[in-house]
Parts: sequence; C-alpha cells; structure tokens
Amino acid sequence: MFEYAPAPESRSIVDIKPSYGLFVNGSFAEPTDGSTFKTISPASEEVLAEVAEAGPSDVDRAVSAARDAFDRWAALPGATRAKYIYRLARIIQERSRELAVLESLDNGKPIRESRDVDVPLAAAHFFYYAGWADKLEHAGLGPSPRPIGVAAQVIPWNFPLLMLAWKIAPALAGGNTVVLKPAETTPLTALVFAEICQQADLPPGVVNIITGAGATGARLVEHPGVDKVAFTGSTEVGRQIARAVAGTRKRVTLELGGKAANIVFDDAPIDQAVEGIVNGIFFNQGHVCCAGSRLLVQESVYDGVLAALKRRMAQLRVGDPLDKNTDIGAINSAAQLERIRTLSEIGSSEGAERWSPPCSLPDRGFWFAPTIFTGVTQAHRIAREEIFGPVLSVLTFRTPAEAVEKANNTPYGLSAGVWTEKGSRILAIADQLRAGVVWANTFNKFDPSSPFGGYKESGYGREGGRHGLEAYIG
Amino acid sequence: MTAVLPEVSSSGTSLRAFLHGLPGVDQVGAEQRAAMLATRSIKTTAKEWAIDLAIRMVDLTTLEGSDTPGKVRALAAKAKRPDPADDSCPAVAALCIYPAMVPVAAPLLAGTGVHLASVATAFPSGQAPLSVKLDDTAAAVAAGADEIDMVINRGAFLAGRYQQVHEEIVAVKGACGAAHLKVILETGELATYDNVRRASWLAMLAGADFIKTSTGKVQPAATLPVTLVMLEAVRDFRSATGRQVGVKPAGGIRTSKDAIRYLVLVNETVGTDWLSPDWFRFGASTLLNDLLMQRTRMRTGHYSGPDYFTLD
Repeated sequence: MFEYAPAPESRSIVDIKPSYGLFVNGSFAEPTDGSTFKTISPASEEVLAEVAEAGPSDVDRAVSAARDAFDRWAALPGATRAKYIYRLARIIQERSRELAVLESLDNGKPIRESRDVDVPLAAAHFFYYAGWADKLEHAGLGPSPRPIGVAAQVIPWNFPLLMLAWKIAPALAGGNTVVLKPAETTPLTALVFAEICQQADLPPGVVNIITGAGATGARLVEHPGVDKVAFTGSTEVGRQIARAVAGTRKRVTLELGGKAANIVFDDAPIDQAVEGIVNGIFFNQGHVCCAGSRLLVQESVYDGVLAALKRRMAQLRVGDPLDKNTDIGAINSAAQLERIRTLSEIGSSEGAERWSPPCSLPDRGFWFAPTIFTGVTQAHRIAREEIFGPVLSVLTFRTPAEAVEKANNTPYGLSAGVWTEKGSRILAIADQLRAGVVWANTFNKFDPSSPFGGYKESGYGREGGRHGLEAYIG
Repeated sequence: MTAVLPEVSSSGTSLRAFLHGLPGVDQVGAEQRAAMLATRSIKTTAKEWAIDLAIRMVDLTTLEGSDTPGKVRALAAKAKRPDPADDSCPAVAALCIYPAMVPVAAPLLAGTGVHLASVATAFPSGQAPLSVKLDDTAAAVAAGADEIDMVINRGAFLAGRYQQVHEEIVAVKGACGAAHLKVILETGELATYDNVRRASWLAMLAGADFIKTSTGKVQPAATLPVTLVMLEAVRDFRSATGRQVGVKPAGGIRTSKDAIRYLVLVNETVGTDWLSPDWFRFGASTLLNDLLMQRTRMRTGHYSGPDYFTLD
C-alpha cells in the first residue's frame, strides 16, 4: 500500500486576530451596538475569531462613506483607478499563501483548491478588470460610459475571496464605490482584503466591508443610498432581494442556484469524462452553484461509466482541508450539512439507490462522504432541487433529443456540460441547452475574461468579461 | 487473451475497427489529470517507502555507441549494489544494454536477482527487415538476456498497417522464448494520445508483457500524461482479458521527485497491483543517483555531495 503521510500546509503564515471590526471609510471600527458573532473552522469547530455584526447605523455609515467617496473615485482618470486595482491584484498574489490557508481554515475547502483555484483566480479578476478601467469607452457600452454609484454587494460562503473579486473588481474599474457583505460563516478573507485595501492606499470609502448575517444583508440592499445591488447566493434570497428593490431606481444582478446537467454521450473520451464528472460535483464539496449535479449518461455506456466513476470515487481523499493531498474538505456549516443529509434521505426514501465509497470521516467538524444516487428519474426531488453538496444524481437518456429535453427540464439554467468526441454534436447540443455556461469536454473551468451567469431562476446579469462591466456602467 | 477477443487480430480490418473503436483521449483532460496528480505532496515515511520502491524499479540503462565491456561491468556492479556505503539499499530491477554487451553482463548478473534486459529489433529506429529483428532478438536471448525491449515499427503504425505491427510483435515474442517482452511504443513519434492508446492495445493484443514509452533517443520521451494513458490501457486490458501487463516509462526521468510523481500516478490510476518491479519499471540512467542521494538524506538528515555516489 502506498499510504501518503500527512502533508499539512503550515498555519503559521496566517495571523488571525482575536476579533475584527467593520471596515468603513478606510479603517476598522467597532459596531455601534457592540454585537459580535463567532466564525469557526468547519473542519474542527474551533473558533477562529470574533467578528462584528453590523447593525442599521453601521450600514448607514458604510453606505454614506461609499457615497462620499464616489464623486472623487469616479472622477479619477481611468488609468489612475487601474493603478490601484493592479496594486490590489499584486498584493493578493504576494499574500496568496496566507489567503489560501485562511480560506481553507474558514471555509473548509481543501488547500489544493484555495491555493490553485480560488486565490489565483481572484488575483486574475483584479488584473483583468484593471485593464478595462482606462478603456471603458471601447467596451461597447456607449460613447461616454458612466459609473452607477454605490454598489451593495452580498456574497456567498462557497468561494469567499473569489466572489469578492468577481464583485469588487468590475465595480471599481467602472468607477463605482462598494459596500460588500461577506457571508457570516466565511468573513475572514474579506477582512484580510480590507487590510490589503489599506496596504494599497486605496482612497478611504471606495471599498467598505461590513460583516453580519441575513439581516445585515437585507438592510444593505434595501438602503436608499444604494444605486446598484449585486447578489450571489440562493434563489430563495434572490427572490426576496428582487422583491425588495422592485420599484426603486436600483439596478440588480443576481447569480443564484443551479442544477446543471452533465451529459455524457457514448462517444465521449470516457476516462476524461469521469474526471469531469468528479470535478463537476465534488469540486469544493459540491458547494458550487454551477456544479454538475445531474449526470445524464447515454444508456449504451451506462455500465462502463458508472463502474469507472465508482472506481475513481474510491480514490477521493476526504479529510483535513489543510493537508495538501486532500481532495474533499469539510462541509461549510452545520446548517448546510443538515440540508444535504435531509435531501439525501429523501433521495433514498423516494427509491433512488445511494452509494458512497468506503471512507472514514473525522469525528469533529461537518463532513459528508462523496455520494451518488443511481436509478434517479426526473420526478425525484434530488433531481430537481439544488443540494449544494457532494451528492450526484445519475440519470440516463437514449437519444440526443432526450438528453436536451431532460437537461432543460429544470427551473434553473446556470451551466451544463457536454462530453463527446464529435465536434458537430458539441455545437448542436450547446445551441439547444438553456444554460449560461456550456462546458464541452471539461467542467468547472473559470476565467476572468469569460462571462458567467444564468437563465431562468439561476438569475440575471453576467459577471466576468466585457459583459461583466455592463452591470456597473450606467 | 485470444479466447476473449479472438476475432480482433484476425484481419487488418477487424484490428483497425477495434483500435479505432476504443474511446478517444481528450488531450486537455488527460494533461490536466496528470498535472493534478503531480501536486501530491509525498513526505516523510511515504517518501522513504517510495524511494526504496523506485530504486527497485529502475532498469539501469546504458545505450550508447561508446559502450564498452568495462562500462557495462561497472554498471552491472552498480545494479547489484547501488549504494556501497549502505547494505540496506536494495538492488535495481534490471540492467538494460545493447545485445552486443549481453555476453559481458550475463555472467556478472547470473543468480543475483537483477534481470538482464537487452534492447533488440534494430533499436532505436526499428527500420530493418523482420528477419534481422528476429536474429537480433534470438542472439540477445541466447547470450543470456531474460528481458527483451523491442521497438515497434512506427512507420507501419503511422501508415495504418496495424496488422503488420501486430505480426512483427507476435514474431518477436516467439523469438523471445521464455524472456519477457517489453514493447517500446516510442510515444514521442506517435504524437497523439489516441495513437498511444491504440498502440498500447495493439502491443498487448500481440502478447507484450510490458509496454514501454520510449527509446530515450527521441524527444519527448516519457511524460506523465502519456504514462497515464498507458496505465489506463493496461487497467482496461486486464479487466477485459484477465491478463496483467506492466508499464515502463523511459527517458527524461531524472529526479526522485519525478519518480515519485510516476508512483503516485500508478497508485491513483491502477492501484497497488502495479506498485511492484514486476509490473512497473523506470528506464533511466541518472535517476538512480538522485534516488540514492535522497535516500541518504532521509536516513541521515543531511545531503551528501554528489561525490559520495558512484559515477559509472
């Protein structure tokens, strides 16, 4: 047996403070009423830090700081704004190891992913949008593009720093100022980003970061001083936000849930398709809105694909997020673990067959073994509802038309995958899929120059690329 | 084998249909998988274990026009006892040399457990008449080689004459007698992963005991993704036929870090059944000294300079 010895990344590079205030107008301040909450490591339930909970007057202060900073920031030459954004990108790169370790600690994701995906992509987003800041006239958004104003941005816990980058980079490039609220279970990398803003000498008030739970987020998006709302998270909260801003002048972009179909045709490169299936659903413990959570396999190759998938899943290494060889880390919170368990039990009780490879899970913390359900039909709840965990529903199809029909038969439409060696089939199927991103012979690939966003209940607006600027230009 | 897939190699048409019916290899995906596995961090006890295993998997190789009996004798001594300063250091798997040198090495290795491998079949190009290739093979076996590393006829393969490639391998296998046959695909000349997969199956259908990436005379030689595709082929071949075939990457593997990456690839693609010198080998010359240097460092806690390891 080739047993890999523990290879933990050192925590010593991170200096977590016992408590964090709110980042408003360029400096950290205590919340008015002094309330705080704790953020824990989901892998061990260890308390990492106390974080301020922003109340109504704190939200007011943050929004007015952003408002006050707006005119001067918007009036800066684009090249000067670019200089600041490039600086943020470079400091993220310089502090990448620290950010990666902190992200894995606070979120539970494997260090391999935070190190190789989250943090490099976050830096890449700042680099990419820094390049646009002095070229907005050439973005195809009209002859004299103008910023919208103050952006209220609320982001999820699945990619804390990366979602921050997706939100803040285009906003700053367009000349807007922001108030951002990270998710309550993963505030720490956003607070380090606040330090990075200080380090970069970003003018005070251009970026404000306030921490808190749902009530803080609701207060922020409903604030009358906000001109633009950008939200990534659940469809349920997305609906509340859409209702809250209806009838106001606020512009909104929403990036919500998904139930993506990953379609494997019989002429697919099978070994790579299996990798793609695994990456599609088990990347980031399945806490991915565009996860390939519905596998559609052509019936003629079903047995082979399923056997290969199970063999591959037996290789997945579940455990300590800071171990460099870990493939699957901890579930982000007790609440999310409960939701995954509940939906999985419903899957079993509705008659689907559940399978997980043998794997031992740690005693403390929140863990869920990688799981697949076979014998799933379109009528099962696990084929319709977003589980947001490492749980894959496997369905079959006979013809390309049936594959498209099943793939589109969902209220969501964020992403999809197509696996075939036949180029013409890729193009034909991609044309018919009602999904914002269609990956061909790959899955979960992201690039700052590529727009991302949903159809139907997966939201509206696009982030990334030239399209992502449109949300921040009036 | 022939009982399971009897019709496949019966004609050029059926052989072509079979090889072209294998699932394709997506280049981006295969390279991405190999690159991900290369990030595995193998430390402390796992590293010690892997280094000793890697030493036991080395086919210590010299394939130069300038090879002499003296050079071969020195390398044979090193193969038996790679680290004269440390009795616990295992021997390598085999010595790999030209047929003309086999008579020199055979008496030195007899009874030691170190195999004697000889390249044959007009190595490295394979561009000679079949009768010459068979004589080359028979001479090496007669002189004492118990492993033959043959090259496939890439000219015939790339021209689509799969039946000819198949027949040549079958003939060489016949000339090997009891000697183990490693079939070198020369993946650097096959160029695509689809070709690598087809050539792997072709060689296994024809009776190869091992499939080997490269001669070491063509760039690129062994790479992680090529080895991944070959490992997938031996895995699938075993589940189709029940017969296990070994894999030997050769050329360009120079450091312990490289070797450990290959072992991780084996571990996570085909599993422990292949983690043995009977089923996985490294064709290498300079790799051994780096493995020895790392081994000594793991045991003593410090690096000895390269002068503490023999140059042969």
